Order: sequence, then structure tokens, then C-alpha cells
Amino acid sequence: MRDKVVFHVNGKRVEFEGNPMTRLIDILRDDLGLTGVKEGCGEGECGACSIIKDGKLVTSCIIPVGAADGSEILTIEGIKDTPKGICITEAFRDGGAVQCGFCIPGMVMAAYALLEENHHPTEEDIRMAISGNICRCTGYDLIVSSVQLAAERGGELWQ
Amino acid sequence: MSATKIDDRIVRVDAMEKARGEALYVSDIKFPGMIYGTLVRSSIARGKIISINVPDLPEGYSFITADDIPEEGRNELWMIAKDWRCFASGDVKYVGETIGILCGPDRNMLSYLKERIKVEYEEEVPAVTIDDALSLKGGPIAGEDNIMCSLYCEKGEKMDDVFRKADSIFEETLETGFQEHVHLETNSAIVRLEDGRFTFYISAQCPFYVRKSVAGLLGLRPEDIVVKQTTTGGAFGGKEHFPDVLAGPLLVACNKIRKPIKLVFEREEDMLYSVKRHPSKVLFKTALDKEGNILGIDGKIYYNCGAYLSASYVVLQRGVFHANGVYDIPSTHLVGYGVATNTFPSDAFRGFGAPQTLFAIEMHLSHIARKFGFDPAEYKSRYFLKKGSETVTNGHIVEDVKLPEMFRQIADASDYERKSKEYEIGSGKGIGISFYNHGGAFTGNGEQAIIKAHARLVKTGDRVRIEVGSTEMGQGFQTALRKIAANALEIDISRVDYPNPDTSRVPDSGPTAASRSTMVVGKIVEDCALEMKARWDEGDFSVEKEYVHPDGHPWDQDTFRGDAYLGYGWGACIVEVEVDKLTNEVTTKGIWSSHDVGKAIDELIVHGQVNGGVIQSLGYASMEKMENRNGHFRQSSMSDYVVPTSMDFPKQEWFLVDNPYQWGPQGAKGMGELVFNGADAAYTDAVERALGATICKIPIPPEDIEEAIDNAR
Repeated sequence: MRDKVVFHVNGKRVEFEGNPMTRLIDILRDDLGLTGVKEGCGEGECGACSIIKDGKLVTSCIIPVGAADGSEILTIEGIKDTPKGICITEAFRDGGAVQCGFCIPGMVMAAYALLEENHHPTEEDIRMAISGNICRCTGYDLIVSSVQLAAERGGELWQ
Repeated sequence: MSATKIDDRIVRVDAMEKARGEALYVSDIKFPGMIYGTLVRSSIARGKIISINVPDLPEGYSFITADDIPEEGRNELWMIAKDWRCFASGDVKYVGETIGILCGPDRNMLSYLKERIKVEYEEEVPAVTIDDALSLKGGPIAGEDNIMCSLYCEKGEKMDDVFRKADSIFEETLETGFQEHVHLETNSAIVRLEDGRFTFYISAQCPFYVRKSVAGLLGLRPEDIVVKQTTTGGAFGGKEHFPDVLAGPLLVACNKIRKPIKLVFEREEDMLYSVKRHPSKVLFKTALDKEGNILGIDGKIYYNCGAYLSASYVVLQRGVFHANGVYDIPSTHLVGYGVATNTFPSDAFRGFGAPQTLFAIEMHLSHIARKFGFDPAEYKSRYFLKKGSETVTNGHIVEDVKLPEMFRQIADASDYERKSKEYEIGSGKGIGISFYNHGGAFTGNGEQAIIKAHARLVKTGDRVRIEVGSTEMGQGFQTALRKIAANALEIDISRVDYPNPDTSRVPDSGPTAASRSTMVVGKIVEDCALEMKARWDEGDFSVEKEYVHPDGHPWDQDTFRGDAYLGYGWGACIVEVEVDKLTNEVTTKGIWSSHDVGKAIDELIVHGQVNGGVIQSLGYASMEKMENRNGHFRQSSMSDYVVPTSMDFPKQEWFLVDNPYQWGPQGAKGMGELVFNGADAAYTDAVERALGATICKIPIPPEDIEEAIDNAR
């Protein structure tokens, strides 16, 4: 067994020596200070802690850090200043997607993962893509239309 | 930069930092030397505490209980009543009652130690349901009859005379269940000493409530405590009084330990051990003539309050005052009882007692309509309240009521009349309708007599800072209030600041509750801004004002007579469903709503509130089932207490009507709760029609539909 877990978070190399069963979310929030990753439920049900691991949207509260070995991880902090991240967050702002905000960084990550794969999503595609992310404030309609807005505004960005 | 006008489309001031993950919630905040706390709670619903056995604690760890309250303090949280204890002592009254707070530096060690604290009990038989409590199961919990609070109001002729004239009587019992808030951010708080004063960083709706509630634990005055609201990740009433239950133990602990202490609930704790919406039971007995016209309604309303009164009496009052819905019933007699049980205390939840009775009256009138062969919408519209109509509290409706126009909007958009005729009862297709309202702000003259809200504007150079105790919890108030101020000052909104309240710096504007913030605090801010505008050239100065209640609207809080509310929000909702008759799966095909919020301060924010309130109400009716067995909630996670996802309901069509409220800022009235108050009944009506069943109880998830069909046979 390797005594060290090595992975990349937002392009930076991270080495972890400790219990490999430690939750990834705790490393991200407590050790790396990436508090944009929110803990809403601790059991992978609400999506507030969503991150992108090797291109796939996952919930960081149910992933042991050992399972992150060798992976590339993106959190909200890693995308918020990129053209794509700016496109989504501005669309969320302009489209009225944000209320209490606790689910929103996870929602932005879900939108990012979707738009990377599907540049012209339908309403159904978007609803499916964010169905693992619970929002208790908005009833989802304005989040869905904001993701559509990001797809339209982004245009070639997503190609 | 140009002056911001009320109809300008603007963006929320807090949107970007939240979307970028930069807004700091309690769980994101750390202080040097900070340790953690975890609550040790009762594991039984009722009994005596025989002993509390605490293992030897490692250095740096402490277990704080009622014994740590100093002599000059009292073991009580002062909410509206003072009956809720900070720490159970001698006995426990519900599962999850706080016994102590375990504090220390390492969270894993805290979990380890917590499991090793053993409390021995002498168990007693708990009363859990309203019926348990009324039959005094296990002996009385409160008083001699378990009735913690009660009230009645009557209008028109005496009930005996009304029922003597009746051709028939229609009686039924309507029930609603617990509902959990599931704000995405769980309850959380930090306490520490700042300049010698106990200072809270807390996720809360009402910072001034917190300091008032906990100060007495140490024999302090409220102003000796500082409460700083942090970015609050949803509340819905769940952070109105409940933050006191975290703040109390934290304060007592900090008084002993003198270090910053952080308490963040895990989701399971927030599900099992936090306040819920009051379950209700409403018995309606309605006198009818030969044609099915209503002569009078006799109503008995029971709310399950749990073990402590907290805000329940006020919740019950609102329930009683809304128990005839939007209808002018010639004679009515309504009695409300708040019942004590051994469950976690029920408390505020969006709607504050109104949704339960509004559900009951909506279903009841639909059932009567169907019995006499009328379309529910047509039947209900005969009884719509109008300007000048007498209310159930013998006051009057002081504004125009636009329900007919609102009905037309959604009926046309949904093709209601055709579908209502064409979808045969029991065909698997159904369309349902509801009408509802919500009285804005505190009842009667409570805003002037009890709350006495203050607001202040401070001008520094060309910037203006709003100083109020009202909070942003997701509803958009920071944006709405800045827009109201900017509009009145005729300056750009970017020149108006409104930081999260800190009780040592801002005046008390009353709680952020009761759909009062825009309507009441917004109006005071607007008045301050108009004066500031007139004196703009005087340099740097501040303007502070107190709320003034309009004259000529009497209210007697002892007898509950008079104008309970001056401005109601009004709503109408239509829901269309299809039910798979083999599996009982319900698919919602369409949702249409229309609301009268007076005037929308910001249409995009109102849009979001409508969508969110309607979906929360649909969840309440269709899937949010919270059961209690022997005092234990059975749903402990987001996988077994299911709230709506993006896949559960289709995109909504929504409408507003313009109906400016004469005493609101720019004509605005309350709206945050209104939008929760009716979609549940429209959904239930639609499911009933699709199934040919009579449903008298929500939630009605698919697994309970079979029972409803059987009952209808």
C-alpha cells in the first residue's frame, strides 16, 4: 500500500499522508481552505459539495481521499475566474438563479460539467443534469433558464 | 451611474459572491483558538433523568449542563414565552432535548466522547399525536388538559341558530403533517468574546431575538450580548426562534471555557432535532341550505405544538384568522387549540399557521362543491371576500380584492374550464384549483404596540448606509431594500450599502418574519430616504424613524376583534396532473399561479419567490412525509425525507396583478409566505379528481394513495 495520496486540485499538486478514508470534502475545505465546496447533507444526496473529478461531476462528501489518488479535481475556486466559470456565474446572477446561495457553487459545477459535454442542452437535459443538486429556495426554474442563458451567451466557449 | 428606479431590472447584490463560493457561512468561518461543540440530547420522549454519567474527559474537553448556569442566571430561553429550557434538568420532555454541550478541539474525539456519555432515565409514556394529548396519554404534559393555548372568534348569527335552519350538514376532518424546513445550510453558530462581550456569529433570521432569548442565562441584559448575522443559507422560519436553542448552550459554555466555540449541526441532527411545521387537525361542520349554499361554518382547529409553547400561540392565532380562507361566510365560529405533546417543539415555518387552515378550508369547499355538482372554482368564487367584507375577526377588508381577475388569468392560461368539464372524475387526469391569502406583518396593531420597529439611514459623502436589524436569508431583502432606498433617494443602487446586521450597530427593526420586512421595514426606510433626499445638501447625517400604524383600524388583542391585517397578499393556483392508475405515480403536467403582492419591488426576485414557494408547497402536499413513532422522527436524512428535485415538477407559468397597497413602499405588500399558501390544495384537488377519491390528509405520496381510494369507496 502506498503511504501517500497524490492528486491535483485546481491545477495544484496535493499530497496527503493520513487516513485514506478521510472524506475528500474535509481535505478540500479544512486543509486547502476551499470553502466554496459546501456541505449540505454529508451523504451524497444534496449536491452542495459537487466538484468535478476527472471530468465527471461527483459529490465530495462521500469520496474517501484515497479514491482521489492520481485524479484531477476542479472546485468552484478553480473555475470562477476562467471564461467558462465567469460565463456561468454571470448568467446565474443575471438570470435570478441565486437566492440563499448555499447550493449555488455546486449548481455552477453541475452546469459546468453539463455544458462541457452538451453545448446546446434542452430544458430536459438541464433538469436531468442538476437533478442531483437540491435547491430549497428557487423551485429550479430560474436556475434552469440561467443555465440555458450560459449556453447561449457562451456560444463558442463551449465548443 | 443613473438613479435606480423601482421598475428597473437589476441583479441581486449578493448573487456574485454566492455563485463564486466566496460568501462566508458560519461553517466557513474560523477563529484562532476556536474549539467545537456538540449537543448531547435526550434519547427518550418523556421521563425523569436518573443520572448523567460522563467519562473522564481529556484535557481541553468540557461537558456543560444546567449546573453550569451561574446563580444570577435562569435556565430558560426567552422566545415569545419563557418555557423552553436551555438544558433539560430533572426530566426530559421530548427526543432531542438538549441535556448538555460537549466542547473540545477535535471533532472526531468529540464524537467518540459523546457516545460514552450515558444518561439513565426512568421512562414515562409519551403523548405524541394530537389525539394522544387530548386523551391525556401518560398524564398531562401542560396544565390539566394539555391545551397550552386557545382562542376563538365568531361572526354573524349564533351557531345553534344557523344549524337549526340548515337543510343539511357537511362534516369532515382535515389533517396536515409535520414539515421540515431543509434549509440547505444547517443550523450553526459561533460564540466568542470580543472586547469582553459575548459575541455570536450566527445563521439566523432575527439577531435581536437571539440576544433577548439567551441573555438571562447569565443574568445579563440583551444589550450586553452582540449578535452578528452571517450569510444565511435558507431559513423559511426554521431560523426564527430555533437559533436560540444553539446560542443558549454556547453562551453558557463560553462563559466557562472563555474560548471561541463553533456548533454546526450535521444534516441528521437538523432533520431529527430541529423545529418543524405544526401538524394540524381541523374539524369543519358546515350548515347548508337545499341548494348547497353555505349558511355557516363551525370550525375546531388543533395544532400539535410539541413540548414547549415557543411561538405556538401566535402561530395558532394566524391559523384561526385564516380558517375561512378568502371567503365571506355569513356566520362562523372558529376555535383554536394548541396541544402539548412529547415531540420536538413545533415552530415557525413559512406561512406561520396559515397553510394548515387554508388547506382545510380549500379542500372542504371543494368537497361540498362536488357533492352538489358545482365546479369548485365557480362555487368558491361566489364567496370571495371583497373590499369592505367582514372578516372572521369582525374587522373589514380594507383593500380591493382582485381574485376574479386573478382566476381569469390562470383559468385562461391553463384552459381550466374546458379541462374541468372534460376530465372525468376518476379518469386518471385531473385539474385542481385553490385560492388563498396571507395577512401581511404582525396581527392588528402589534407592529406599533409590540414591535416598534426602527430603521436608520446614514449618509457619508455620496454613499448611504442602511442600518436595520432585518436579515437577508435568501429571499432577496438586501436587494429589495437597497432598491427602495435608491429609488426614493434618486441615486444609483451601487451607492447604497446594507451590511448584515450587527446588534451593537443597528436599531431593532423587529424580526425578519411574518412577511413584514418589505411592507413595514421597507416603508420606514423609504420614509427615511425621502427625508434624507430633502436634506441631501446638509452634509453627513443620519435619519432614524419608527413605524407608525395607520389610524382608524382598531384591534383588540384580548378578544381578537378588529382589523387583523391591513394588507393581505392574495393568490390563486391551478395544478394539472395525470395519475398512473396501476402504480399511483402522479405526474404534474402544469402549474399556473397568480399573486397580488401589491407592487413587485423587483420582479425577478418575486419570480424566484413564487417558484420556490409553490414548489415547497407542492412538496408539502405530495412527498414530504415526516413520521413520528413514540416521539422519534423516522426520517433522518435527505434520502428518506425527500424534497422536490428539478425533475419532479414542470416549469411554472406565473402572473401578478397590480394592486398597490396604500401604506407600503411603492405599494408593496408582503409576499414571502403567501406563495407557499395554496399550491398544496390545488395539487390535492387535482389528484382527487384524477382518482375519484376524497383526500383529507396531506402529504399524499403515491404509497398512501391506495388508502385514500379505499376510504372513498
